[in-house]
Amino acid sequence: MRHWVLIAAVVGMVVLAAVGAFVAQAADPIKIGFGMALTGGLSANGKPALLALQIWKDDVNKKGGLLGRPVELVYYDDQTNPATVPGIYSKLLDVDKVDLITSGYGTNLIAPLMPIAMERKLLVMGIFGLANNEKYKYPNYFQISPNGPDPEISTPLGFFELAARQNPKPQTVAIVGADAEYPQNALVGARDLIKKFGFKTVYDKTYPPSTVDFTPIVRAIKATNPDVVFVASYPPDSVGMLRAAHEIGLQPKLFGGGMVGLQFTSVMASVGPMLNGIVNYDFWAPESTMMFPGIKEFFKDYQARAEKAGVDPLGYYLPPYSYAVGQILGQAIEATKGLDQQKLADYIRATEFNTIVGKVKFGKNGEWAKGRTLMVQYQKVQGTGIDQFRGPGKKVVLYPDELKSGNIIYPYSAAKN
Amino acid sequence: MVAGLLLGGFYAAVSLGVSLIFGLLDIANIAQPAFVILGSYAAYVMNSAFGFDPILSGLLFTPVFFVLGAVVYRVYYESFERRGEESLRGLVFFFGLLFIMEVSLSLAFGVDYRLLQTAYTSKSIDLGGGVGIAFRYLVPCVVGLAMTLALYLFLGRTFYGRAIMAVSQDRLALRLMGADPVQIKTIAFGVGIAAASLGGALLISIAPVIPSTDRDYIGRMFAITVLGGMGSIGGTLVAAVILGVSESLMSTFFGPSWSLAVSFGLLLTVLAVRPAGLFGR
Repeated sequence: MRHWVLIAAVVGMVVLAAVGAFVAQAADPIKIGFGMALTGGLSANGKPALLALQIWKDDVNKKGGLLGRPVELVYYDDQTNPATVPGIYSKLLDVDKVDLITSGYGTNLIAPLMPIAMERKLLVMGIFGLANNEKYKYPNYFQISPNGPDPEISTPLGFFELAARQNPKPQTVAIVGADAEYPQNALVGARDLIKKFGFKTVYDKTYPPSTVDFTPIVRAIKATNPDVVFVASYPPDSVGMLRAAHEIGLQPKLFGGGMVGLQFTSVMASVGPMLNGIVNYDFWAPESTMMFPGIKEFFKDYQARAEKAGVDPLGYYLPPYSYAVGQILGQAIEATKGLDQQKLADYIRATEFNTIVGKVKFGKNGEWAKGRTLMVQYQKVQGTGIDQFRGPGKKVVLYPDELKSGNIIYPYSAAKN
Repeated sequence: MVAGLLLGGFYAAVSLGVSLIFGLLDIANIAQPAFVILGSYAAYVMNSAFGFDPILSGLLFTPVFFVLGAVVYRVYYESFERRGEESLRGLVFFFGLLFIMEVSLSLAFGVDYRLLQTAYTSKSIDLGGGVGIAFRYLVPCVVGLAMTLALYLFLGRTFYGRAIMAVSQDRLALRLMGADPVQIKTIAFGVGIAAASLGGALLISIAPVIPSTDRDYIGRMFAITVLGGMGSIGGTLVAAVILGVSESLMSTFFGPSWSLAVSFGLLLTVLAVRPAGLFGR
C-alpha cells in the first residue's frame, strides 16, 4: 500500500514538473542584451538611455509582451571602457543566450561591437554612434540618432546654413574643438561647409580634453574678431567656453554649433541666462513642432522615474531616441512574428516606423535616410530654475525648416540680454 | 599670462594635499583627486540645500575631511604600512579607494554634471588692452595662496608641523625624541585630506564636476608635486604657477593642443637637470 502512495506521489510530481516546464516555456521571455555606460565618462547619457529602455520594456509588458512573451533586458556596465565590450557581448550571447542585442551608448562603445555582430550576423541597433558603419557598411546595423547619410556634417550643417542665410552674410569664421573623436569629426565637417558656403577661416585650433582654463583660448579667438564662432566640445569644455566667453566679452554674430552638454538639464539650469543667444545642435525641445504621438506620455513616465534613477530630470536629449530603439525592435518582432536576425533586419531596412521621435526610415549605412539634427537657439532664459525649460520658447527650433518653431535672434549680442 | 597665474593658484590649491601626503609622508595616495571631488560634492550639497558659498562650505568641511583622512590612514597603516608592505599593495589600496569613492558618488548623486554659480563667478575686472581677470579664477587663486601660506606656517611654526617635517626625514629619531610617528602621520594625512575639501569646493566653482572628473587631475597633481620638489610647499606653488602659465601661454600663442605636452615636457626637462625637483632637498 505504501508503495502505491509513493509511486503516485512521484508520478504526480513528474506531471507537475512537466506542466511547470511547459508553462515556463510558453512564457519564456524575449531577452534583449546590451552593455551600457553606467559609470565612467559617458554615464551621464548611458544611465538615461537605460532608463528609457526599461520604460519601453515595462510599457510592452503591460500590454502583454511581444508574441505573447514578456520582454526582459539583460545588461552590464561597460564602464565607458571599450575594452569591456567584447567580453560583455560574449557573455550575453553565449551564457545569457539573449535573443537580440542593442549597442551601448556612444561611438567609442559601438566600435568594438561591430566586428562581433558582423561575425555572428546579428542585427545591431546602435544608440548614438557617429559614423560607426562608414567603413564596414554592414547591412544589419541601424543607428537611431538622426545624423542622416553624412554623419560628419550632421552637426555643423544646420549651423552654417543658418549663418549663410543671415543678412548681411557673415564673412569670417573661427572654429575650435577638443582633441577627441566627436569634435574632430565635427570640425572636419565644419571645414567642408566653410568652403561650400564661401566663408573665410580666421582661427582653427584644437585643445586637449582635460583643459581647465578656457580664457586663453577665448582671448585668442576674440583677437581674430570673427563673425561666426563654431565650437565642438564635450560638456566640461562647453561650460568652460561659455563662461570664458562671458568673462572676456566675446561677441560674434553667431556662436555655438556643436557644444555637447548644453542640452543636459543640470547644465542648463546652472548656467541659466549665459545660454541666451547660443545657437546649438539638439535632438529634441519642448516646442509645438516636436510633439510626436506618444512623446508626452513617455516624458511623464521618464520624469517620474528620473530622480530615483539619478539621471537627467527632464531627459530631452537622448532618452526618447533610446525608447524609439525599443519601439522599432518591438514592431519588427511583431511584424515578422519571430526572432530571426536576418528577417528582422530586412524588415527594419524596408519599413518607415512611427516612433515617439517621429517617423524613422533608415537609409545608407543604417543611418536615418534623411538627417534631422536640430539647431536651436536659447532665448529669454531667466535665472537658474529648471521649470522654465519644461515649456516652449526657451529652446527655439530654427532648423530644419519643417520643424522650425520660431525666428533666430541675430546677431548674438541682441539675444544676450 | 595673468590667466596662467590665476590657474596656477588654483592648481596649487588642489595639489597641496598630494604634496603633503606623497611628498612628505611618501604615501602614494592616488585617491587624493577622489577626495577633491568628494569636497566638490560636499560644497554642492551645502550650496543647493542651504545656499552656502562653496568656499565657506569647503572650510566647514575641513574637520570632517580631517577625521576621514585620519581614519583612512589608520586603516592603511594597520593593513599595510605596519607590515612593511606599503609600496605596491598600498598603491593598490588607494587605487581601489579611488574607484570605490567614484562609484559611491555616482550612486549617491547620479552622473549628471554639477556646477555652482556664485554671485561673483560671472563678474570680471577689466584691466584694459584685452586683459581681464575673471573672479571665477581670482577667488580660487587667492584661496590657493592662502592655503599655501597657512600650510607653510603650520609646517614651519607649530609643534605638529615641525613633527611632520621630522617624520618625513627620520622616523627613528622622532621616536627617540618621544613622539609617536604614527600619530604624527595620521595628523599629516588628515590635514592633506582636509586640503582636498577646500580644493574640491574651488574646483566645482570653476568647472562642472562628475564623479569621474578625478581622473583628469591625477596626472597634474602628481606632476606639480614632483616638479616642485617632493614635500616642498613653496615649491608646489611655484610648480603650479609654472604649469598654469605655460599652459596658458601655449593656448594663447601657439594653439591649445600643445599646452599639456609642453607642460609635461617642462617637467621632464626639470627632472633631467634637477632630479629632486625645483625645490627638492
